[in-house]
Amino acid sequence: MKEKFGMGKFIIHLILLSGIIIVAFPFLWMIMSSLKSLTDFYNFSFLPESIDLSGYIYTFTETGFLRWYFNSFVVAVVVTVSNIIFCSLIGYTIAKFRFFGAKAIFLLILSTMMIPTEMLVIPWYVLSSDLHWIDSYWGLMFPGMMEAFGIFLMRQFMSDVPDDILDAARIDGMGEFKIWWRVAMPQVKPAISALAIITFLGNWNAYLWPVIVTSTAKMRTLPVGISLYGTSDAGGIQWNTIMAMSTLTVIPMIIVFLIFQRQIVEGIALTGTKG
Amino acid sequence: MAKSSKKGQMTLKRRRTLIAYGFLLVPILFYLGVRIVPAVQALSMSFTYEGSSVFTLDHYKELMKDKVFWISVRNTIYYVLLIVPLQMAFGLLIALAIERVDRFKWFYRIVFFLPYMTSIVAVSWVWRLIYEPNTGILNQILDALNIPGQGWLTHPDTALISVSVVIIWQMMGFCMLIFTAGLQVIPRQYYEAAEIDGAGRWKKFWMITFPLLNPTIVFLAIIGVIQTLQTFTQIANLTGGATGGGLGGPLNSTASVVVYMYNQGFRDYNLHFAAASTVFLFILILIVTLIQFRVLNKSYKF
Repeated sequence: MKEKFGMGKFIIHLILLSGIIIVAFPFLWMIMSSLKSLTDFYNFSFLPESIDLSGYIYTFTETGFLRWYFNSFVVAVVVTVSNIIFCSLIGYTIAKFRFFGAKAIFLLILSTMMIPTEMLVIPWYVLSSDLHWIDSYWGLMFPGMMEAFGIFLMRQFMSDVPDDILDAARIDGMGEFKIWWRVAMPQVKPAISALAIITFLGNWNAYLWPVIVTSTAKMRTLPVGISLYGTSDAGGIQWNTIMAMSTLTVIPMIIVFLIFQRQIVEGIALTGTKG
Repeated sequence: MAKSSKKGQMTLKRRRTLIAYGFLLVPILFYLGVRIVPAVQALSMSFTYEGSSVFTLDHYKELMKDKVFWISVRNTIYYVLLIVPLQMAFGLLIALAIERVDRFKWFYRIVFFLPYMTSIVAVSWVWRLIYEPNTGILNQILDALNIPGQGWLTHPDTALISVSVVIIWQMMGFCMLIFTAGLQVIPRQYYEAAEIDGAGRWKKFWMITFPLLNPTIVFLAIIGVIQTLQTFTQIANLTGGATGGGLGGPLNSTASVVVYMYNQGFRDYNLHFAAASTVFLFILILIVTLIQFRVLNKSYKF
């Protein structure tokens, strides 16, 4: 490749850098704003006049922030574990067992991907009211326990697991359940971690269903807690508190992302291209 | 296993079938109970009044007459037309630019991907602060440039575009990532061959990169359209509360079909009426999915 060395590449770097500033600016603005006092918001400056922690103090003392964090974490972890187990078991069974109805069951599951969540939340809400699931962990979690996309993904990867090693395990007298767990599962580790990342992120960020199924502040998830705190404040928006909450939500995510960047980026690219 | 008499095979096959059904028992019950039955229920709710089983088309008639519903449909179409092409264009440009540089590739990728990774609700509130007419940084910058400040989210003319900018900002990193994956599977030899033939950069892009990215483009377009048809969280957090209650303000200028459904179903508790609007959404998504099958079948035959 013959390039006019220097200039062309330099301009591309310049364009990318200005793009990065646009992308990163809201995050910097968020952190700076979280350290301002409410009156400081009128002093149009990037850096806070003096560091004011009242937004953080208010977050921890006057709102259910820690509880929301905990709720989000519990919901995301349980739903992710459930998806890993069920999606891989279903994907494995459909890919590796030949039985009457296998194709029909798979198509039935896939066809549910076309039903938008928005259409289901109304009947879910009626069901949850009838069964007293409103404002409970189970109510928050039950709709997402096994996602069709995850089943599709796992079936793709389970199909690539060689039959020989499964048969070898059978000859050794291993039970079918154990073969799935001990022989097949380790073969599809990249797919499992991709599925785990997508499911965790999806649930950590979920908004529509959690806002519908929760009714008291203590059962809110993090997104719902922040959102309802922001929209229901009668005396004007407490910007420093909202920004403190946003910072406390976003910064740990960024740190986790930076630690697992390769796995996350490759995982999402994998599901995007194979899915 | 050694005795493969006909009887032995039969029982083995039956045993395997039983195991398969055993593994699938809970999932099948789940899919019936949490997906299929509720979908049918939503449909039947849309044709009945609460506490009655008499078939009626009233909800649909009312929906067709409701001006706000049509505004939300129009807005949803605007969102799709604005967001999907732009997030893909930016994603592709960033992916191509990163491919061209030798250094800091990974750093660029990570930073552009950051918005996609972070909480939609939290960043929506950050943007809301940026857009704030009196104290927001955007109007302060305009002020410094002697340009009059805008209402952004508080003015019906600019609100929908302001919401779209946030979504594009968040989604373009995802598009960039998928495009990068698509670019990496294009064989290098194609470019080398084109160079021998004396093809320039533009020609290489239009003759090789673009056609070979076709499956990726179709995939991102379909995913983007379906996601944008369901836009809710950003609108709810950017416009909810402050403008006087209802989401999707000012004057319904940012309301999408899902926002309409939410306001009808979970603010006013007209659940049966809201169900009718979700059936409409379902049909829209179904149409897009069917187009997807047609286009995908075609694009794989190159």
